[in-house]
Amino acid sequence: MVTVRLNVNGVAHEGRCEPRKLLADFIREDLGLTGTHVGCEHGICGACTIMFNGEAARSCIMLAVQADGAELMTVEGLMRDGKLHPLQEAFREHHALQCGFCTPGMLITALDLLRTNPSPNDREIREGISAVLCRCTGYQGIVNAVRAAAPILVAGR
Amino acid sequence: MEGTGLGWIGKSVKRVEDARLLTGRGTFIDDHPPVANACHAAIVRSPLAHAKIRGYELSAALALPGVVGAITGEDVARHTKPFSVGVTAPIHYYCAATDRVRFVGEPVAVVVAKNRYIAEDAADLVQVDYEPLPVVVDPERALDADAPVLHEAVGSNLAGNRRLVYGDPDRAFRDADVVVNERFTFPKYASTPIETYGVIARWDLLDGVCTVWSNFMGPFIMHPLTARVLGLPENRLRFIVPADIGGSFGIKSSIYPYIALIALAAKRLGVPVKWIEDRREHLLASSSGTDRVAYREVAARQDGTILGMRFKWLDNVGGYIRSPEPGCSFRPTGNFVGPYRFQHLEVDASVVMTNKSLTGPNRGYACGHLYFETEGMMDRLADRLGLDPVEVRRKNLIQPDQFPYRTPSGGLYDSGDYPAAFDRALELAGYDELRREQATARAAGRYVGIGLALAVDPSVSNMGYVATALDPQFRAKPEYLAKSGAVDSATIKIDPLGRVIAILGTTPQGQGHQTVVSQIVADELGLVPQDVTVVDEMDTFTRVWSISSGTYSSRFGSVGTSAVALAARKLTAKLVDYAAHLMELPAPSLEFRDGAVRLRDGKGPSYSIKDLAGRAHWNTESLPEGMEPGLQATAVFGFTVAKAVDAEDRVNSSNTYGFIAEVMAVEVDPETAAIKILRYVTVHDAGTIINPMIAEGQIYGGALHGLGGALYEELAYDENGQLLTGTFMDYLVPTASEAPQIEIAHVVSPSPLTPLGSKGLGESSSMTVPAVIANAVSDALAPLGIRINELPMTPSKLWKAIDQAQRTPTGVSAPLASGALQPRRGVSEPRESRALRPRAGVSEPRASFSGHPRSDPTSRTSLQ
Repeated sequence: MVTVRLNVNGVAHEGRCEPRKLLADFIREDLGLTGTHVGCEHGICGACTIMFNGEAARSCIMLAVQADGAELMTVEGLMRDGKLHPLQEAFREHHALQCGFCTPGMLITALDLLRTNPSPNDREIREGISAVLCRCTGYQGIVNAVRAAAPILVAGR
Repeated sequence: MEGTGLGWIGKSVKRVEDARLLTGRGTFIDDHPPVANACHAAIVRSPLAHAKIRGYELSAALALPGVVGAITGEDVARHTKPFSVGVTAPIHYYCAATDRVRFVGEPVAVVVAKNRYIAEDAADLVQVDYEPLPVVVDPERALDADAPVLHEAVGSNLAGNRRLVYGDPDRAFRDADVVVNERFTFPKYASTPIETYGVIARWDLLDGVCTVWSNFMGPFIMHPLTARVLGLPENRLRFIVPADIGGSFGIKSSIYPYIALIALAAKRLGVPVKWIEDRREHLLASSSGTDRVAYREVAARQDGTILGMRFKWLDNVGGYIRSPEPGCSFRPTGNFVGPYRFQHLEVDASVVMTNKSLTGPNRGYACGHLYFETEGMMDRLADRLGLDPVEVRRKNLIQPDQFPYRTPSGGLYDSGDYPAAFDRALELAGYDELRREQATARAAGRYVGIGLALAVDPSVSNMGYVATALDPQFRAKPEYLAKSGAVDSATIKIDPLGRVIAILGTTPQGQGHQTVVSQIVADELGLVPQDVTVVDEMDTFTRVWSISSGTYSSRFGSVGTSAVALAARKLTAKLVDYAAHLMELPAPSLEFRDGAVRLRDGKGPSYSIKDLAGRAHWNTESLPEGMEPGLQATAVFGFTVAKAVDAEDRVNSSNTYGFIAEVMAVEVDPETAAIKILRYVTVHDAGTIINPMIAEGQIYGGALHGLGGALYEELAYDENGQLLTGTFMDYLVPTASEAPQIEIAHVVSPSPLTPLGSKGLGESSSMTVPAVIANAVSDALAPLGIRINELPMTPSKLWKAIDQAQRTPTGVSAPLASGALQPRRGVSEPRESRALRPRAGVSEPRASFSGHPRSDPTSRTSLQ
């Protein structure tokens, strides 16, 4: 067993786990943050995407020990002061989710896109979110939501 | 329509589900363990497609620290029964292999440990002694006399065959001016929800109750089937479905064998057991639609009037036939003819077993297959007659004054205006302008094509259709019990302050039932949606349900919403009676309107719902004599048009029938075979639309499932029965970059059968996109003589066909068609080259289908 110390959504955590434990499992089982979902365990579907030291990363193909000392943000960390993040608001407004299973990974991925490209065009949005598979929405609502949220995030900076 | 005066119905109300799902607070099956100390299962699966099981060696696995125990097929054979199947052939389908494995990934043992990591370590240590057997994966090859037989008791790989005859098809073909034939193949694909299967089972040995939490979506007919398998009375088996299911699209209806398997593990090992399927398991062994070989014939007059059709199908259900199969063949029985008027039809449906994974409902259940073939035939007929594809379709459409329309196969189309919806699609797409642009593009050497697809969109299956698989003689036996039904229930409770809790027995997978129900109840009771709390976790011990319950077959928009409306109306009727008593007026002089009981003439005092609720709850003495206390009502809505299949094999296989009209324009790059969608217009008639935002979300999603099956997705197997697409790297799900822009419009023909006029819409364009894009690509490549009759149209396949056609002099049929017919090819090169090697008995037209010549006798080349 190894000790893993990390900061998640601004809160310091410490846990002990086997060295082989996946980061996604550690987040869900040891930290109780079940908002991060596991869809393929192959690093393809993107449902498990989290912010890892400020960049989007797939927690299903990382080990928890690799996150020792890291700063993470999961979907649970998006809300501020009891209010939805503007991107979450946009998702709701534009029907960018149905079953909601890919949504946590999609939100983090979209946030990462807007961090690196604050005013993307539709092609860039589609390419940016193509890292996450959604089987419900046909992506149109998600593209609309990201497009709508982009200027709000820029204005909020 | 009653109850819509306040207008929440028809508004794009934002979803109440979103708050929890956007913030990571959903309750999916893997999120919140409902039982303490659950142990974790890993399933040992067969690496071989066909083999006898000689024995199991568990000692190394059981010796691993942290392992609780294991069960094998021996336990399954000893302690469970096989599942009932939908055919009479003696097929013993258990929840795991007992003496023989019949597909790669078939469960053979379950190891249970303290955590999943240890369980998987132990599963690797389980030794199973297999004696390999010859393998067959091709449904046509599987019917050869010398093919390996999967189920010896059956004696062949034919699970069932029905020849259904409606009208006089032989005469229609004799009278025809023109007969067109084609062979089609449809791929095995699955809509692969991003959340995999999950089951948690607890077996209380003392009180004999087994409780199973799972993301099962229904139909709940699988509950009694599972109870029988486990040897439990139905009231000792409790199914609980959490509020959130991470997508399903039909696929999770086939989780029930795992419910039985994990329940058995919990019973035998004496601990609660949790199993979450991984993606590899899901692609290997969950469920998919069938791959199908279809032979189609259409008989028509010179003017394009269709006289009749013949369908000959081989549906490949994999290693066993699992209920509700053979729905693959019979689920569309009532809408076999689609939107067309012809009266003479022959359907020869064979259900074949091969060494592939098992099949079941997948979005559009069997209708993607049906319309890919029918709409392909419409274009071939138009081409043969020199007519525009629009004209040949218009000529044959059911007309608005024919509704309700009884189809020759027993369907009762409730409402519609097909020509109007078709015109709307053509107008929206600018069809004539598109044709002009196409002519210009063609003249410039570009490959631009326009495709059309029309479809009747059946919703709320009548479970009675399943019996179409049985011979009428069998169904005529006195001991045979007829089956029919399509019901759903809802309970509504009004609290003392006049707010409402609605309780459903549904299992939504993203369809927004809570939101939709809050809109309906708000309209019915004169509230705002925020006043309505909707609970939709299913629990077979506490919800009112029946065996056709569940969220499948586009059910909720039609039957579920009807139950909600009726429950609300029971309550408003009670409130009127109560107010009449308080007001000392005759009840007929009062009505419930805008949230209060009022005098019909609009004047005088009124009692608001809040006022009445407070009085009724706090002071039961105020109730009139004989009135039941409390303000709650349960309604069970059932369609009376859901009847059992008749002696002539006619059945109203669904209950409400919408309509879809689509136009797509594409351009194919002859160098890369890339298909670019230039325009895609889809017009839907689903009756009253309760929430347009949610309805359109279903259309966007359904269309992309159809596109996946048409272009990218295939559960491809090699000749040894090994799955070649076992991860999302190989099994290509469309991403946002592949998703087309979609132009959506609605035409509204309210259903006369539902209180709100609504119909289902959930499967929507998943059933038309394969047809419309195949037709568009065929049209684009018409100058090369290429016609699409096989999906998916992967770039490699399409490129080969283009390359071949370009080398072949115009007007001469390319030899590719017969040389590369089977097996179908997937994505990678090795498979391509194998497929091009002709195999004995498969590369030439088969004698058994001599009545259905393999290739169209025109000069066009089939894309294979």
